[in-house]
Amino acid sequence: MTLDACQLVVGLEVHVQLRTQTKLFCGCPTIFGAPANTQVCPVCLGLPGALPVLNRRAVELAVQTGLALNCAIPARTKWDRKNYFYPDLPKGYQISQFDLPICGPGWLEFPDPDAPEHTLRVRLVRAHLEEDAGKSMHDEKSGRGDSRIDLNRAGTPLLEIVTEPDLRSPQAAKAFLTELRLLLTYLDVSDCNMQEGSLRVDANVNLHIDTPSGKVATPIVEVKNLNSFRAVERALAYEQQRQWQQWQRDGKQLGEVPKQTRGWDENQAVTVPQREKEESSDYRYFPDPDLVPIAIDAELIERCRACLGERPLELRLRLQQEYGLTAYDADVIVAQGRALVEYFEMVVAKGASAKRASSWLQQDVLRTLNEQNLTIEQFPIDADKLGELIAAVEKGELENSRARDVFQYYLGHPQAGLEQARAALGIVQVDDRELTELCQKLLDEHPQIVAQAKAGDLKGLGALIGAAKRRNPNVDPRKVRSICQHLIEQQG
Amino acid sequence: MELERLSAVELGRRIAAGELKCSEVVRYFLDRSIERNAALNALIEIDEEALNAAEEIDRRSSRESRRSPLEGVPIVIKDILCMEGKRTTCASRMLENFTAPYTATAVKRLLDGGVLPIGRANMDEFAMGGSTETSYFGVTRNPWDLSRTPGGSSGGSAAALAAGMAPLAVGTDTGGSVRQPSAYCGVVGLKPTYGRISRYGLVAFASSLDQVGPMAHYVEDVAALLQLMAGPDGRDSTSLPAAVDDYLGALGKPLDGLRVGVISEHVEHPDVAPEVRQAVQRAITHLTDLGAALEQVHLALTRYAVPTYYLVAPSEASSNLSRYDGVHYGYRDRPAEGVESPLVSMMSRTRSHGFGDEVKRRVMLGTFALSAGYYDAYYKKALKVRRMIAEEMRRAFERVDVLVGPVAPTPAFSLGENADDPVRMYLQDQFTVAANLAGIPALAVPAGFNDQGLPLAVQLQGAPLSEATLLNVAYHLQQNRFFVPRVAEWK
Ligand SMILES: [Zn+2]
Repeated sequence: MTLDACQLVVGLEVHVQLRTQTKLFCGCPTIFGAPANTQVCPVCLGLPGALPVLNRRAVELAVQTGLALNCAIPARTKWDRKNYFYPDLPKGYQISQFDLPICGPGWLEFPDPDAPEHTLRVRLVRAHLEEDAGKSMHDEKSGRGDSRIDLNRAGTPLLEIVTEPDLRSPQAAKAFLTELRLLLTYLDVSDCNMQEGSLRVDANVNLHIDTPSGKVATPIVEVKNLNSFRAVERALAYEQQRQWQQWQRDGKQLGEVPKQTRGWDENQAVTVPQREKEESSDYRYFPDPDLVPIAIDAELIERCRACLGERPLELRLRLQQEYGLTAYDADVIVAQGRALVEYFEMVVAKGASAKRASSWLQQDVLRTLNEQNLTIEQFPIDADKLGELIAAVEKGELENSRARDVFQYYLGHPQAGLEQARAALGIVQVDDRELTELCQKLLDEHPQIVAQAKAGDLKGLGALIGAAKRRNPNVDPRKVRSICQHLIEQQG
Repeated sequence: MELERLSAVELGRRIAAGELKCSEVVRYFLDRSIERNAALNALIEIDEEALNAAEEIDRRSSRESRRSPLEGVPIVIKDILCMEGKRTTCASRMLENFTAPYTATAVKRLLDGGVLPIGRANMDEFAMGGSTETSYFGVTRNPWDLSRTPGGSSGGSAAALAAGMAPLAVGTDTGGSVRQPSAYCGVVGLKPTYGRISRYGLVAFASSLDQVGPMAHYVEDVAALLQLMAGPDGRDSTSLPAAVDDYLGALGKPLDGLRVGVISEHVEHPDVAPEVRQAVQRAITHLTDLGAALEQVHLALTRYAVPTYYLVAPSEASSNLSRYDGVHYGYRDRPAEGVESPLVSMMSRTRSHGFGDEVKRRVMLGTFALSAGYYDAYYKKALKVRRMIAEEMRRAFERVDVLVGPVAPTPAFSLGENADDPVRMYLQDQFTVAANLAGIPALAVPAGFNDQGLPLAVQLQGAPLSEATLLNVAYHLQQNRFFVPRVAEWK
């Protein structure tokens, strides 16, 4: 039997920190990176007598996300306590949702990494709201094994999105997460910053193996400490190999060993068994008596639905259908976020062809954004101006390389218009008679190139074009080439 | 001048009128408290800081309007309500040195009304108990008989009132913890409708049952205290949005047409002592004389109230008390030597040594009831029965305005009498817990004394938010001399 006989099966649990101004049950701010224990109050410190009060904004963001993920939204949802002891959990329980999550079953469709023109669909089990715990920091340097706890994060709203085990490859898992993050970014419900912990992923992994006696499943392993999508991809690929080898060694199947938790070690590129938290597996969930159930009425759902806008999947299709972009080009633009899509559409509206606009965006604009570390909102050339510039190229009023000069000029002169740029760069139209004279002169100066061309070797023409541009930067290289070719042919 | 004989409202009036100096009133009750606390142990802490506020009131010009009818009147507060900068112990070793960094809403409203806290009242640890014997700071004694319990868990508040250490007190009631000590000490004590007084800053025992309750000798004082503390609070999601009634204004309105229901199952219960039964009969006679129509009411489900309560309350408590783990505040024990996890050892020893036996008993009971495999049989079923009890009560109040019955089966029992038998102790709550399960208001009203000089009491219960009616009925009983407010004296 070979590795081909085994199918990787993956389900993900994604914790998304919702972008609210204040915490889920108190008025403390949720800003990342503040000095330890400065964004706390009696409620999120879990002091005796303090009571939670729901931040309704978190409910709206959760409903928005749920709608975007095609989830069923129940009319009523409630809060439950998940009881366990841990130092960074100040109340000894986490306020979460057990049997009535705010988002019921749904699904997410995303581009198939193996065939970008197709999509894959992953079913979602549920998504529920809960409060985040604090952070334990183990102070190794003190030598006394002291632990410090920062409760700034405690009480921050999290949406835990749980998928069915529908993913079948590390690449698919990465593609799913990429699409999920993009969708959340479009919805503007989360920062989705894995470094800051506003997006966290755990994976449940096992193998389904075809054996002569039928299909068997290997024990499910939960993989944690996945700090990037690349880490998810690598860890899953590693687990696939490891579980396969493990199964060949011991033949253990699902249910024969307890569920194991392993952590991804980025440096060693391996997963290692993790010490379990000191907690019981029985969380003794029960309804939180400090909070009342939430009614989600049609009005709230409609208000949230109105905030959704076009989702990435819909946008990609529209860009292909409406603008004739390829699936690849549409994906590149959509992946940059809603603002860039809007920019693109405005450029086209100004008279640029979609194809040329897309190529300018992907090459010139994105390169500049990357180099200067800007967002499209901060980009100095507004869409109207770029549209006008590309339109001039479309109409043959401006040669492409000169348009790039204008683009560069615009970057340094955000206030300048096209006329000013033309004047500053000395851009004038070269008429055909003038151009023919220049070409004839160049051919006369380079008889060996003419000779080569006559012998069928046109390589030398490039040098002529370069020479022409040096003498007059406004010449159109394509015209130079065709006129030169024409003149050589006339010479016979 | 025996100030302890005056009602709090009358004290407030005299202070406002300049007939009494506030600082003299406060000094008087402080001295009484210091003197009597030695025998009673009713107060965990006596706070002379109230004198500063009293002097400020005295310095104020008489033209300034009063903040409330109780401005300048001393009060003792059960040591379970947070008060900024003050030790809030819950009578537990766990919080022996815990200083609250914020003030409970109910206390804040008292302070805003100019009421002056002079002491922190003793109680059963974390309000778990019915005798104030589980306090880490020692038992409180009943001023009417020092060998007896003042009841609990608000035993310190009730004893302080009975001894005239303060004219006003605040307790909390989860299953009878205001009413039973009020009954044992001969004072008026109200458990309001669930959500009428904010729980913010009330250290939780059982969140869905806990209510702050006003206590005093005089009905009008309880009404005035409720007036100050009641009302919606944005910090408590379970507080009721309904506007607050004029409780003081309702006192004295005629009782014509009042429909009074007698809870047959309670009055005829075999555990009820003859003198308690007679007290209820006497109350019925008085109410009939006042024009009330009488009806027998059957509450068949109330016999399930105690078992239901002892599943719901400990379950919530087991979770509410999880925060006391030695990590963030409060008592912290050392981990045992050479253990695999010093953290687990520290937490476990902190909880083993920081909590007393009754608290640990209830935490274990609740943890068990919520455990996987038992949840449906215990906690979930208890919630179901709770809803049925509430529904039975709701139906009863379609027919009557007020239910009358006993508070506890007997007058105050002797200290130590029930210490070894938790179930017998829990049965002290059998007539009070239903009001907490149903969330309805219930009032303990004094009913004279038995042959041994121990206070007797009756309980009035009403539909949600019917506090004004309950207080008015009690006020009529007081005016009709069904009971006469009295302070205990002993040698
Ligand atoms: Zn906070």
